[in-house]
Amino acid sequence: MHAEEKFTPQTWPESPEKATLEGKNKFLGFWLFLGGETVLFASLFATYIALKDKVPSPDHMLAKDLFELPLVFVMTMLLLTSSLTSVYAMYHMKNYNFKKMQLWMLITVILGLGFLGCELYEFHHYYTEYNHTFTSSAFGSAFYTLTGFHGAHVVFGLVWMTLLMIRNAGRGLSLYNAPKFYLASLYWHFIDVVWVFIFTVVYLMGMVG
Amino acid sequence: MVNNQSNSNNPRLNYDFRRKKNAEGMRIQVATFTLMIFFTVVSFVAVAADFSKWFVIPFILLLAVVQVGFQLYYFMHMSEKGHEAPSLFMWSGITVAFVTVLAFMTIIWW
Repeated sequence: MHAEEKFTPQTWPESPEKATLEGKNKFLGFWLFLGGETVLFASLFATYIALKDKVPSPDHMLAKDLFELPLVFVMTMLLLTSSLTSVYAMYHMKNYNFKKMQLWMLITVILGLGFLGCELYEFHHYYTEYNHTFTSSAFGSAFYTLTGFHGAHVVFGLVWMTLLMIRNAGRGLSLYNAPKFYLASLYWHFIDVVWVFIFTVVYLMGMVG
Repeated sequence: MVNNQSNSNNPRLNYDFRRKKNAEGMRIQVATFTLMIFFTVVSFVAVAADFSKWFVIPFILLLAVVQVGFQLYYFMHMSEKGHEAPSLFMWSGITVAFVTVLAFMTIIWW
């Protein structure tokens, strides 16, 4: 099987993301990258845990004064659902249904944009209402570095998926682009993995004290 | 990759088998998603209900770990064949991650 071969749903291989050598290599390399990302985020989480509520004077806001559960809940639902919609996209990819795959990728991007909008509102709110900024305290630095790194991953993932959808819109599904879509969806799931720990460790544990 | 393929030489039969297998897989994914949403809601309720922090913190951490396991093994397909190298990479990463967090927590433990 080679990258330019034309397929029908009947001849489309079982695991198109790994049907070519390039696909296999990308799959392996990308998982290695995700292992590295795990370590990167662990260092940011560790820093946040160590510096949580470390503020220079009592007039600074602490985690339990800042966070609001309803907003975090909405953000969590948006990102969790977007993880499922990208599973749907890969389901249609495996069934060689390009149109439906693109549709579910689009829904994933829209949900991701919703998440990003909430996060921007949240940061803006802390900045204007509570004067909680990147430089206001060690707590502020650690908080914005961790959540900001995650937010930057969301931005990167959205740009990545959007470019893939546009660039391949007229090409249809092939063994050349199937691994690309597959890895973008893996990346998106990983962003959700990180968010599960952020909403638990940062927001929920922040509210508990 | 030819794992989990039906052994028939009839391409039509193979195709039907695969479509069915994919649909079955998707049902499991949706069930996983439902559980993940349920765990999330339970976490938020546990915090909002104002229980003792010595109960809530281990409890929500446990739910987070289970949810991430679902995400990795089902949504990211690590439970399927051909994921030996990804498992090695992720578990190595998780080991270093655990040690890093442990080190930073013990530094501030006084």
